[in-house]
Amino acid sequence: MGAMTVAIDADVCVIGGGLAGMTSAIAAAEAGASVRLLSHKKSTLRQASGLIDLLGYTPAGEIVADPFDAMATLPDHHLYQRIGEQAVHDGFDLFDAVVGESYSGDHTAANALVPTYGGRIKPTARYPTMTAAGLASDRSPVLFVGFERLTAFDAPYVSASLSSDGMPAPTRGVTISAPGSHRPDTRLHRLVHALDVNESVSTSTGSQPIRDALARRIEPHLESAQRVGLPALLGLENAPDVRRDLERLLGVDVFELPMGPPSIPGQRLEHQYLDALDDAGVFRTTGNPVVAFDADAGRIQRVYIDRNGSRVPYTASQFVLATGGLVGKGLASDRTALSEPVFGCHVPHPADRAEWYGDDPHTDQPFARFGVAVDRSLKPCDDSETPEYDNLRAAGGVLGGTDVTMELSASGRSLASGVRAGRLAGERSN
Amino acid sequence: MDTKTEVLVIGGGSTGCGIARDLAMRGVAVTLVERGTLTDGTTGRMHGLLHSGGRYAVSDQESAAECITENRILREIAHHCVEPTGGLFVSKPGDSEEYFERKLSGCAACDIPTERLSGEQARAVEPYLAHDVERAIRVPDAAIDPFRLCVANAAAAREHGARIETHAEVTDLLLDGDRVVGVELAHENDTGQSVPTERIEAEHVVNATGAWAGQIGAMAGVDIAVRPSKGAMTVMNCRQVDTVINRCRPKGDADIIVPHETACILGTTDVEVDDPDDVPESQWEVESMIETLSELVPILDGARTLRSFWGVRPLYEPPETKTSDPTDITRQFFLLDHADRDGLAGLTSIVGGKLTTYRLMAERISDHICERLGVDAVCRTADVALPGSDNPMRLEDAMASFDLRSPIARRSIQRLGSRSSSVLSIDEPNPVICSCEAVTRAEVEDALSEVGTDLNAVRIRTRASMGNCQGCFCAHRMAALLHPDHTVETVRSSLDALYEERWRGQRHALWGEQLSQAMLTRFLHATTMNRAHSQTASSESIAFERFDGGDDRGD
Ligand SMILES: Cc1cc2nc3c(=O)[nH]c(=O)nc-3n(C[C@H](O)[C@H](O)[C@H](O)COP(=O)(O)OP(=O)(O)OC[C@H]3O[C@@H](n4cnc5c(N)ncnc54)[C@H](O)[C@@H]3O)c2cc1C
Ligand SMILES: Cc1cc2nc3c(=O)[nH]c(=O)nc-3n(C[C@H](O)[C@H](O)[C@H](O)COP(=O)(O)OP(=O)(O)OC[C@H]3O[C@@H](n4cnc5c(N)ncnc54)[C@H](O)[C@@H]3O)c2cc1C
Repeated sequence: MGAMTVAIDADVCVIGGGLAGMTSAIAAAEAGASVRLLSHKKSTLRQASGLIDLLGYTPAGEIVADPFDAMATLPDHHLYQRIGEQAVHDGFDLFDAVVGESYSGDHTAANALVPTYGGRIKPTARYPTMTAAGLASDRSPVLFVGFERLTAFDAPYVSASLSSDGMPAPTRGVTISAPGSHRPDTRLHRLVHALDVNESVSTSTGSQPIRDALARRIEPHLESAQRVGLPALLGLENAPDVRRDLERLLGVDVFELPMGPPSIPGQRLEHQYLDALDDAGVFRTTGNPVVAFDADAGRIQRVYIDRNGSRVPYTASQFVLATGGLVGKGLASDRTALSEPVFGCHVPHPADRAEWYGDDPHTDQPFARFGVAVDRSLKPCDDSETPEYDNLRAAGGVLGGTDVTMELSASGRSLASGVRAGRLAGERSN
Repeated sequence: MDTKTEVLVIGGGSTGCGIARDLAMRGVAVTLVERGTLTDGTTGRMHGLLHSGGRYAVSDQESAAECITENRILREIAHHCVEPTGGLFVSKPGDSEEYFERKLSGCAACDIPTERLSGEQARAVEPYLAHDVERAIRVPDAAIDPFRLCVANAAAAREHGARIETHAEVTDLLLDGDRVVGVELAHENDTGQSVPTERIEAEHVVNATGAWAGQIGAMAGVDIAVRPSKGAMTVMNCRQVDTVINRCRPKGDADIIVPHETACILGTTDVEVDDPDDVPESQWEVESMIETLSELVPILDGARTLRSFWGVRPLYEPPETKTSDPTDITRQFFLLDHADRDGLAGLTSIVGGKLTTYRLMAERISDHICERLGVDAVCRTADVALPGSDNPMRLEDAMASFDLRSPIARRSIQRLGSRSSSVLSIDEPNPVICSCEAVTRAEVEDALSEVGTDLNAVRIRTRASMGNCQGCFCAHRMAALLHPDHTVETVRSSLDALYEERWRGQRHALWGEQLSQAMLTRFLHATTMNRAHSQTASSESIAFERFDGGDDRGD
């Protein structure tokens, strides 16, 4: 097929619209390139907690207070060592610029300790400002409030569990029923929306704005608490207003605990990134997967998306693969092997499937380390460590090498590799 | 503590629970002891096929006849544990026509009703059958839930005064000369520690430990030649077929598909093992099963598997036979009267058999024991329904009165039998804890009230955590229900035990969707909840002052 007949679509084409892909696209645009972002489905941000982990535990399993100190001790093959500390700083700078006031943690290099909905304490580098009053290192008394039908968050248990982990603040937990008729188990989004628009709900004392009704149900339990922790559902668009109103009505700080899917903080973060993509002038095409590509002389010429059975080409001079890991479908597997389905990049893994997993689910698992292997400029390499294509880089969850679920580094890796891959692609394309 | 009973039954599988029910209904004082939870042995790890007898109609007509009789009885007394799916024996090109005809005549000889179908007719029944299926025989096979069946028997026994002790392992048989006079037990408490032993004196001891029967025999110096044979089964995520599908050929591995609730289970293999507690779980068994059964139902290849598990058949052969291939060992059951056989009074073992014939096995052994004890009472187990199977109208009533959506009420009632009314009639909101299997909080709490802190036992009773997500979203919710009755430590260890069990089952089928699901589960449990690490963090306390102390900007 004659490549020269098709006009170039953009300088840089990024495949995958998760945290890594969006970061790459913005970084490439900032480097002066025109950028096309192709994304198939919703990214894992909708499932993720919204916390931005950089490095929570050392390979030996020790909790990390200062991630930059700890990074220096990581083995050479670790991604952070491969691409360098500067890439990590650049990634977080870009993140901080995108999220502005809505996240906290950039005032210090130290990790923060955030209580989780499983009742444990977790180290993280950036946390939503909605969660800021909840830090586990703070000594002021906390009241955790759960909802009757939201069994994923059991406030009395979370309180007891955090105390037993040594959280220094006195804690209590109560379960109340959510105001209004929206059930938090089956109609979570209706409840979130009702809080967003401060919908009026009927209560035993007449009808009342839902934020007031919620505060009223919490108030009798306050006692000496100086902060109130709720599951993360306090509005999508107007979350800061919901928090401010509740704080005003209750006279104490209010914070959210990040939850599992569907994650409201993850969706808020995604909205901010989408705005930033628009501001950076990135062209977005969503809803269709990249299914094929043309290559010539060691370079990717174009990729094709599948739109209702027909193939639409996107030509670019540089490509970034940011299709995520096993959850985002950037890695595929069948009974015999693991693969990277877009470009067929080499994914190191044991031939014997019995070696894909270990016995104890509480420790590092081989399958959690699966992903493409890259060189220092983030080019995916074949099994002899030679770049597969000259103009292809990879970022985020599709990269292998580390069990990020145990190390607590998933988003940090996406930011650092995303910014670096995007910037290099942007510079090379000019 | 020492106690006395008339009959002591060792083993809480279908056989032991069936015996306890039978004897208790005859007015005999019974104690049943089980080292784990009920169904911990083979009963909780089998294929769930209520045989019509068709499978044995050529090779072993005595077993076939027993199967069809018991099949009919269980449809009556345990209809809440049985799904009358029907079954098909299908033939592919190359499968012997002569064998097909012998299957038909064998069924006729054993009074097993059949219907001969052409390939097209078979595909009209099961659209996903392979295009080259040439002919089929329809038989009254069914799916049976071994967990509920076993628990219902135990509940009935208890209602008739039996004592059922789980987490109680027989560590020795008490002998008085050449007579067994009781057992010595080690109990395990909630947290898994052993507490002081107990001696139970009994007039007669029944060894119903299936694949483990040889170990009990050895305690009294008698030899019981059990030949444990393992079988693999793989659970698929949806119900590709609604009928039990068998391959119509003399014998073979991996030739049955059994639909269960929302899934299908493929099975099974037959490989002899030395130690029933140490069963090698081999990947190839899973793969070959999927491959072989895809010949019958092609969409199975590439379908999503949920998990695989292994069970051990308690096969037995009388000392003089020396069969080399385990598939040739008879599926009949044997009653070993050790007084006659070994000169050791007070002990009877029951080995071999099938779940389908558990009631008949219990009847035979109970007759034998009653004769020894001089008890003159007849067996009533075939005539009295098991707890939970009464009055189908209660299903409708419960649905209306508890304002439940029909799939939940229907499935709740199936799970709880006639207990559902009391379990579901609570005023509080009753949220769903496990959305994959639609299990409500009331059901989990009801199960907890019976089993203490063992979430795996709750899982078995309610099916919570057994769906597509394999506990990813619900395991921690189940565990939190233990609080505040139990300590944080207990909640955590119970959750870990459930999480580990779920992991053991799914890791052998870890590819495709299931591998993605396993990664999502890790992200949720290890990353978002940080459950994996804090185990170590809690032992040494965290130096809180070294972390981010907060930022005033937000206030
Ligand atoms: C449940 C959960 C909890 C998490 N919690 C945390 C946490 O607490 N802290 C933290 O730091 N991180 C967390 N993470 C990790 C984080 O959210 C991201 O998964 C990680 O940063 C990787 O992001 P990514 O952009 O590489 O991939 P993804 O977010 O997976 O995005 C990949 C994108 O590529 C698209 N795509 C895939 N294939 C194609 C194709 N062929 N064509 C076009 N598009 C394609 C997908 O549709 C998707 O939009 C969590 C993740 C999960 C799943
Ligand atoms: C792979 C496979 C598939 C099968 N499929 C079918 C089928 O589809 N249909 C069918 O009808 N049959 C089937 N069977 C056969 C059927 O499952 C068994 O025959 C039946 O479950 C045996 O029940 P049991 O009570 O005799 O043994 P078990 O269920 O094994 O019970 C014995 C109990 O004794 C306990 N025990 C052991 N040692 C001690 C001790 N020292 N102290 C206290 N307790 C002890 C064990 O923990 C165990 O719970 C299958 C078997 C296998 C292996």
